[in-house]
Amino acid sequence: MSLPKKMKDHAAKHAEATEPHPAAAAKQAAQGKLLARERITAILDADSFHEYDLFVEHKCADFGMEKKQLPGDGVITGTGTILGHPVAIFAQDFTVAGGSLGLAHARKITKIMDHAIKLGIPLIGINDSGGARIQEGVNSLAGYGEIFYRNTLASGVIPQISIILGPCAGGAVYSPALTDFVFVVDNISKMFITGPEVIKTVLGEEISMEDLGGARVQAELTGNAHFYAQSEAECFEQVKRLVTYIPWNNRKKADTFSVIPSRSEVSLEHIIPAESNKPYDVRDVIRAVCDGSDFMEVQALWAANIVVGFARMDGRTVGMIANQPMVLAGVLDVDSSDKAARFIRFCDAFNIPLVTLVDLPGYLPGIDQEHAGVIRHGAKLLYAYSEATVPKITVILRKAYGGGYIAMCSRHLGADFVFAWPCAEIAVMGPEGAANIIFKGEIAAAADPEAFRKEKVKEYTEKFASPYVAAANGHVDAVIAPHQTRDFLLHALEISEEKAELRPARKHGVPPF
Amino acid sequence: MTHIRQTIALNDTLYETTLTKKYANRKAHVPKDPRRLTAIIPGLILELLVRPGDEVKPGQGLLVLEAMKMQNRITAHDAHTVQALHVVPGDTVTKGQLLVTFD
Repeated sequence: MSLPKKMKDHAAKHAEATEPHPAAAAKQAAQGKLLARERITAILDADSFHEYDLFVEHKCADFGMEKKQLPGDGVITGTGTILGHPVAIFAQDFTVAGGSLGLAHARKITKIMDHAIKLGIPLIGINDSGGARIQEGVNSLAGYGEIFYRNTLASGVIPQISIILGPCAGGAVYSPALTDFVFVVDNISKMFITGPEVIKTVLGEEISMEDLGGARVQAELTGNAHFYAQSEAECFEQVKRLVTYIPWNNRKKADTFSVIPSRSEVSLEHIIPAESNKPYDVRDVIRAVCDGSDFMEVQALWAANIVVGFARMDGRTVGMIANQPMVLAGVLDVDSSDKAARFIRFCDAFNIPLVTLVDLPGYLPGIDQEHAGVIRHGAKLLYAYSEATVPKITVILRKAYGGGYIAMCSRHLGADFVFAWPCAEIAVMGPEGAANIIFKGEIAAAADPEAFRKEKVKEYTEKFASPYVAAANGHVDAVIAPHQTRDFLLHALEISEEKAELRPARKHGVPPF
Repeated sequence: MTHIRQTIALNDTLYETTLTKKYANRKAHVPKDPRRLTAIIPGLILELLVRPGDEVKPGQGLLVLEAMKMQNRITAHDAHTVQALHVVPGDTVTKGQLLVTFD
């Protein structure tokens, strides 16, 4: 073959492997879904995508598979950049054999994962697959297992992002579950272990795919998804934004951006209501202290009684964790402990300092909570905070009662700096509850029990419901006016930049998973 | 911010807040009645191992329930006298369906 002919032949081969099957492409478009290649182009910087393993073929010779040629074996892999950040990426192609996963398909994914781990760059996976390629039998299962294994090896080494843009069911869904951030899109993402068909057969219960494991369910009810979008385009913007907040790998810090002062119009002095039982949106406090009032909330719809997410302070990424008085009075419970613990571990693994804003009345009482294992799940939060060695800075805004006070990154769990606003109430429990217990007998015996009770509540409030007892004991480093919060945080973060904390060597801890 | 009307009582203090869907829809706790045996999993009744009036010991087999490709032997937790059996072999049962009552 002459050289020009070889070039022409290559162009033809390339076109054949990359051009979508028209009927399958139309079907994808009809569901509001982009094609795999279009998705990669939409996420990555223009012309930055470099594809590998385009000509990989499956070796299955059973059930007529020997006659089937599958372009790229149903998955596109490569590297590129997002706003200049290098990333490794794979996208399952539903138009090729339903994006089904065979061994060659899986090996393309594990190869790009191995690259990402060695190169120290984030991995982005786009999941859109009907599931295992049944014709390949156990080889298909082997493929899944090899992916899960690498997800686990990569955990805490490189950030892993999963974007669910189609079905992701059965064993397949455990790969996203092992990654750091899962993105879902309304009406497009479907995640479940056993689908509606199986549930109907086994249990006789009928449910639609959307109600069983759609985007909204995963973002609001299960907490499996971290980011929820209405469209693929919105989802890609979220992915790009997230990438700017996180480092390439665990040996680096996130990129530093230029400093923008908070744009918040809200005065911190006026956010907190006068009565301690009145709600407010703690995100107003976050926006008032962080750069440009720019806060990227993670798992915004699930366990909303705690708020977690990324912001910048003096151009550097911080992880914010804050009780949300607007939802369930900001209590800690099974889900909120779980949510915060996972976020803290991500930040700690990737050198992102933690800023904790505290305002909680304690743990949520309830039979359902106790029986759902609030002891075990609540312990995750204590573990995650205690284990974290990144700078840990805590601001007690208002209530910090009982076990909740300890759990929310108190000095005792290793906080480097603890600040409290003058309206902080740091005590074993709220004044009402405390007075009712301490003076139970005296209240009952009093001539006017109600008046006596109120007096004792007042007494307790004045003595203990303040930051000064904690400050007198050194548990709080400084009582600061709300308007000083940004300044104290910036300074604390700046001087903690080189923080190093050595712990006894161990293979790994045993957290209460 | 929208006006918040919901409240939650914690440590004798009534907090104004919003409730999550999960919290608002939580089910009241129903204590387990040891005299009522219900199906823990949906399936098919294959065989009954006891009759009304039988005295059963803890761990004794009561019936066989086929579910998840497995013939599950359902046993008694405590010593009881069987009052009534509410299923017959061949019945398909749903989760939580009453199977046996004890005196």
